[in-house]
Amino acid sequence: MQERLKRLDVILGIHPESPYQVMEKALKRAPKDIISDLIDSGLKGRGGAGFLTGLKWKFAAAAEGDEKFVVCNADEGEPGTFKDREILTIVPKKVLAGMGICAYVTGAKKGYIYLRGEYKYLVPHLEREIAEFHKNCFKLELDFNVEVFLGSGAYVCGEETALLNSMEGFRGEPRNKPPFPTNNGYLGKPTVVNNVETLVSAQVVSRIGVEEFKKLGIQDSHGSKLFSVSGDTPRPGIYDLEFGLSLDEFVREFGDGDTKAVQVGGASGFCVPRKKFQSTTIGFPGGLTGDSLPTGGSMMIFNSSRSMYNVLRNYLDFFEEESCGQCTPCRIGCQQLKVGIEAVKRGDKDPEYLQQLLKLTDTMKITAKCGLGQSVANSFSSIVDNFREEMIY
Amino acid sequence: MTKTDTMVKELVDKYGNKRESLLPILQGVYDIEHFVSDEAMVSIARNLDLSSADVYGKSTFYSFLDTVPRGKFVIRVCKTIVCDMHDKNQIVDTLENILKIKVGETTLNRKFSLLYTNCLGWCHKGPAMLVNDDVYTNLTPESIREIITDYKNRD
Repeated sequence: MQERLKRLDVILGIHPESPYQVMEKALKRAPKDIISDLIDSGLKGRGGAGFLTGLKWKFAAAAEGDEKFVVCNADEGEPGTFKDREILTIVPKKVLAGMGICAYVTGAKKGYIYLRGEYKYLVPHLEREIAEFHKNCFKLELDFNVEVFLGSGAYVCGEETALLNSMEGFRGEPRNKPPFPTNNGYLGKPTVVNNVETLVSAQVVSRIGVEEFKKLGIQDSHGSKLFSVSGDTPRPGIYDLEFGLSLDEFVREFGDGDTKAVQVGGASGFCVPRKKFQSTTIGFPGGLTGDSLPTGGSMMIFNSSRSMYNVLRNYLDFFEEESCGQCTPCRIGCQQLKVGIEAVKRGDKDPEYLQQLLKLTDTMKITAKCGLGQSVANSFSSIVDNFREEMIY
Repeated sequence: MTKTDTMVKELVDKYGNKRESLLPILQGVYDIEHFVSDEAMVSIARNLDLSSADVYGKSTFYSFLDTVPRGKFVIRVCKTIVCDMHDKNQIVDTLENILKIKVGETTLNRKFSLLYTNCLGWCHKGPAMLVNDDVYTNLTPESIREIITDYKNRD
């Protein structure tokens, strides 16, 4: 195994300092120092969007409000992603410690773990952990209370404002931004919504310090990242790897020797064909050569026995069902893209029709209200561009 | 009070009558009745001081809050790409044969419903399915037979 692909176990490993000791240490520092450390660390959200976590905390800390909230986003619905479930199963204390530190920094007294309905079986386990966490908070004189809020099977609720609407008893439809949740979140109060892994990484920054954290990863993409590897691979599972690995290295490690394409970032991510493995780096977009892809950590591997038409059709089926239906570009767009590629495949439409569908995805990218509709273009154009023949014949 | 009103009242007492309690209450109804009936939605609306259309809009938004009667055990087979690649169709065929129903249907004795669902988050162990809240992974026709036999023997 190559150096870069060694398992880091920063996220899932056990360390001499327990998560609650890390929290205790953090609680002795000034909130502004914790925030500036987080910003310096360059930690970006691990749900896929990649916003600077330190800034989010800073905005929420500075926001006016008699009440504030911390929400752990465990509505992990992106196809090919299962890291948050593993984190909550194996190291829930790290997540809760991250929430505790965030509560201390922002002044929130109440926290929620928004858990997707598909993971309901985890509730008893999480509630036991939360009870123990509350004892630790009490010992540290941190006035902070966490409870689980269960979703009911809606992918779009992973979008932070849709998630907040869902918690408030509205349909889980995304809100317009701004205002952002850090000022106007749950019940209109300042709210930090962080992905499960982001909270763990924030705790990691407190544990190992900015310098050590920045040694991991590459320019603009610091730290380690959990990757959910699935598809045509002899080694499916969760891997704690450094940012900055090339797709070529990745495929050599995880492919089955016949890898045709890798879908990076789930159905809303990009499909990278074999010829671009070498020039593609996994990280957040930055000043790197070649393509740099952000990712919530979903890595789906396809070998040459797979039809990319079927793959794309499966994604579109997914988006069509999961679109909240609120905005027209996404509601109608997802349907028409599916109908469109089916018509081309059947021969009812000329291959040139694909260009029109690509234009439709461009429109969706700029007019859809949230990340769901905007990112359908990612998988659609990367599959249609790279595997055009498979769409037609 | 009707049976539904009593059930809703108990859930409202447990979760509160604020709008934020709506989803937990709907989930509570689903857990008891295996679907959210019109009667339950109207009762919830009354208790939470919302319009019944509002409650209906919320219930129908979520794929796990069915508004048509379902069986006691709701089977949801993941149909997203990786499970699909790992022979999900064979799993669905087996289930259809054993239960004598098609996807979307409920057995006559109201014991099982068979549905598709989107990514369950078990791609590394696909194909996967949920039976109510319980997860089953690495499914094969053989393991399906065992699982269903087990549920058939439950009340």
